[in-house]
Amino acid sequence: MTSPNRPRSFQEIILRLQNYWATQGCAVLQPYDIEVGAGTFHPATTLRALGGRSWAAAYVQPSRRPTDGRYGENPNRLQHYYQYQVIIKPSPANLQDLYLGSLRAIGLDPLVHDVRFVEDDWESPTLGAWGLGWEVWCDGMEVSQFTYFQQVGGHDCRPVSGELTYGLERLAMYVLGVEHVMDMPFNDPDAPIPLTYGDVFRQTEQEYSRWNFDQADTEMLFQHFKDAEAECARILAAPETDAAGRRIPMAHPAYDQAIKASHIFNLLDARGVISVTERQAYIGRVRALAKACADLFVTTEAAQA
Amino acid sequence: MPDLLIELFSEEIPARMQARAREDLQKLVTDGLVNAGLTYASAGAFSTPRRLTLAVEGLTASSPTTREERKGPRTDAPEAALEGFLRSTGLTRDQLEARDDKKGQVWFATITRPGRPAAEIVAEVLDTTIRNFPWPKSMRWGAGSLRWVRPLHSIICLLSDEAGATVVPLTVEGIAAGNATRGHRFLSPDAFTVTGFDDYAAKLRRAHVILDSAEREAAIRQGAENLAFARGWEIVPDDALLAEVAGLVEWPVPLMGVIEERFLDLPPEVLQTSMKEHQKFFSARNPKTGRIEGFVTVANIDTPDDGATILAGNQRVLAARLSDAAFFWENDLREAKSGMKAWEDGLKSVTFHNKLGSQADRIARIAALAREIAPLVGADPDQAERAAKLAKLDLRSAMVGEFPELQGTMGRYYALAAGEPEAVADAAREHYSPLGPSDAVPTAPVSVAVALADKIDTLTAFWAIEEKPTGSKDPFALRRAALGVIRLLVTLGLKAQLRSLLTQHGEVVRADTAATVQEGNAVIARSRYADITRDYDLVEIAKADGRRLTIHSWSFNGETVADLLSFLHDRLKVYLRDQGIRHDIIDAVLAQPGNDDLVLVVNRATALNAMLQTEDGKNLTQGLKRAGNILAQAEEKDGVEYSFGADPKFAETDEERALFAALDTAEPAIKAAIKTEDFPAAMTAIAHLRAPIDAFFEAVQVNTDNQIVRRNRLNLLHRIRAAGQQIADFTKVEG
Repeated sequence: MTSPNRPRSFQEIILRLQNYWATQGCAVLQPYDIEVGAGTFHPATTLRALGGRSWAAAYVQPSRRPTDGRYGENPNRLQHYYQYQVIIKPSPANLQDLYLGSLRAIGLDPLVHDVRFVEDDWESPTLGAWGLGWEVWCDGMEVSQFTYFQQVGGHDCRPVSGELTYGLERLAMYVLGVEHVMDMPFNDPDAPIPLTYGDVFRQTEQEYSRWNFDQADTEMLFQHFKDAEAECARILAAPETDAAGRRIPMAHPAYDQAIKASHIFNLLDARGVISVTERQAYIGRVRALAKACADLFVTTEAAQA
Repeated sequence: MPDLLIELFSEEIPARMQARAREDLQKLVTDGLVNAGLTYASAGAFSTPRRLTLAVEGLTASSPTTREERKGPRTDAPEAALEGFLRSTGLTRDQLEARDDKKGQVWFATITRPGRPAAEIVAEVLDTTIRNFPWPKSMRWGAGSLRWVRPLHSIICLLSDEAGATVVPLTVEGIAAGNATRGHRFLSPDAFTVTGFDDYAAKLRRAHVILDSAEREAAIRQGAENLAFARGWEIVPDDALLAEVAGLVEWPVPLMGVIEERFLDLPPEVLQTSMKEHQKFFSARNPKTGRIEGFVTVANIDTPDDGATILAGNQRVLAARLSDAAFFWENDLREAKSGMKAWEDGLKSVTFHNKLGSQADRIARIAALAREIAPLVGADPDQAERAAKLAKLDLRSAMVGEFPELQGTMGRYYALAAGEPEAVADAAREHYSPLGPSDAVPTAPVSVAVALADKIDTLTAFWAIEEKPTGSKDPFALRRAALGVIRLLVTLGLKAQLRSLLTQHGEVVRADTAATVQEGNAVIARSRYADITRDYDLVEIAKADGRRLTIHSWSFNGETVADLLSFLHDRLKVYLRDQGIRHDIIDAVLAQPGNDDLVLVVNRATALNAMLQTEDGKNLTQGLKRAGNILAQAEEKDGVEYSFGADPKFAETDEERALFAALDTAEPAIKAAIKTEDFPAAMTAIAHLRAPIDAFFEAVQVNTDNQIVRRNRLNLLHRIRAAGQQIADFTKVEG
């Protein structure tokens, strides 16, 4: 990692990825404004992978996994982290080459490193989605997930979307040669006010870890889950035409409620109030919502070729 | 004689699927070619992560012309029948021939199928092969509908002979076959063309691709061993890992690294499992210390810095992984040293099966049973019970949570850390064994007690809730548990009275099964069967109110025991058949008393089997059957049982007298031998009856007119039958 091309900070890696995928023709979107567990939950991936319309988008997605909180002490684990997500439909024939180009862009030269595509099939029980692909290894470390979506929300994907997911902190720590995430330079180390990842996030990791594990009001969360589920069902059951006679099915507002339910479930899980048998039942309930949203989305304008 | 080269070039094929894919490609294509009338001299299939290749040598240039004669309708048949015949043969009327047949004139057609060139057949066969390839999992990509294991990019389909090479014209979903391929993804990314298999393999090698997985495996093995040798280390052999790694690289470059000192105290199994599962590293052992101190990773590339960057990266990843493992190990050890109470409590909340209670319930049952069995296997009952209580606690440890395959192995370490004696700790590791038909059977008494108790509890418990294996479905691996019981008992010669053992443990299991109080179909209360008694009050109160409540529970009765025992017998038959003992011999033995002692059954069957291999044995069976048949017929005809009082004084011939004498000798010998379970001696004793029985039947007519003599002879036959029945049910022996 002595290349002169080497980035100097976390944000530089993000900026280079944004720039690279913009150059490849992707719409660079912004993060979705609801808590999610992974970049895949962004409607720009889940819903846009459905239907016949072509699509190309790239974005950073803040992701929350309450059970992974470690009060900012673990070198690799965080309850809040960033994923970089690329989705292109139909998947282009040169998607692997495009991906390798992105590694070069952030300073990983495949002629010096050992880059490998190792079988890893992806499945999301909560989204009723699966695909085939690989985890991409760089010198033995997983740096990305590479998936050809086959099904989302119970619907066959036609055409197929190619999805790339980079775990940004882990990737950046490797590129920057940092051992503990909190020590990673967030902005340029020579900036007038240099900030580390820890300067930005250590305190929030502590606060959220405490709240996630000990403080979140579980009764309220159970109620929120029910509310989200009920609102999702109500939106989906609403007539497709409004009072003025316009056909406006509301797939996205319904889907918002589905991802809210999913996140609330994750919080309840972190609080340890969901038993093993109940877990499956909750996942099934979220999947039912996601599928119903997918069923509606495929009838809308955005899903038509 | 042309040669055929096929290459299917795709994105990375999962390593675990490559061996099977090579076989399938070769079989599907060569079968297709042969079915279409071509022949070939030899074929070989190859794979790398990015390509599946087939080379066929000495293919015939075309299929032969064939002629088929077909009989049609009579010449005076309706027009429609003739038209149908013409359609089915593809001929016109003037091409038919009228011939005389038994029933008048009949149309005959001669269909000539001209031979087809190999290229045409190859194109069809390859198209079908690609579209119907049996990948374990396949996918679509882009906007297409073709399925392949990962996106398929190009196809080589080339026929070559002395005159040169020709591309077979073929297009599958927009991919036209050609004569071009690519080399290593990074080292030689450009396309190049080839003229045949030798040229292809040679150019690939120049383009940094070793085509043959066996050659890659050899290179990896050799390279790794050389690296280890240079340090005075040795590689821990792992063929499955070698095959997998060879399927992940086209240009293998083994690199050796050193495990940091701070991780060397981790148990070797932990190091090995973590490196193998997460990183696909080979382990290197230092024979001087006996520890695993290094690793070999296999890169897919030669780099300008000779792999320094790659090795540094791998080393970093390994350090992070082993830090996790060390963290688990230290936390687990702390818990182990403090008595593992938290793990014990934790297992109370882990459901074993929703009709059988928790893991803690299960462990309590196994512990009680291990104590029961201990004297039988020569173990100390206290130790056996203690070992059973500890054996599964590691399921709650962080390390086993991360690496489930280390269950038992970690249990042993933690039991030792807790200060338990070796025998108790070993049982944690060994009680899962034997897991199959060929792995080692534990021999240490405490381990054997826990291993048997574990398996018998599993069988009893699932029989109690009527979850038995059906057909190919055996989700709880009950066949494996049964084979484990059989191998433990038989290999170690442990004589257990299974009927009473199963009956007794069945009651223990039943106490843990789920029971319900129901009103109609609605469940009012649910509890362990043992706790259901308090619900009787509920039922009584309800009755007073005029409600009709009923209690539903599982039963474990004599029928259940018999059924489970017969399942064990079935598995025993499979086990003995693999040892070369015929099923009819086992059936003949299973009909004898004491069939719930499997050691007795096996000894008896083995001795019987050995005797039946001898000339005396084969003939004796005939003699015994003949005696039995004559006797049975006479008993049916006369309506009496001839079972007493054969008297030598009514014997008329020497042969008859000789048989009396032989029985007088054999009977006590057989009885004594059976009593001491010396089956070979019993067999020898009965085998001595062969000659006198044969001579008797040769010389004597049993059903003679003299009724006294006849009765006497029938009673003599009874003595023969009775002697045989002490050994086995010879009516079940075939031949």
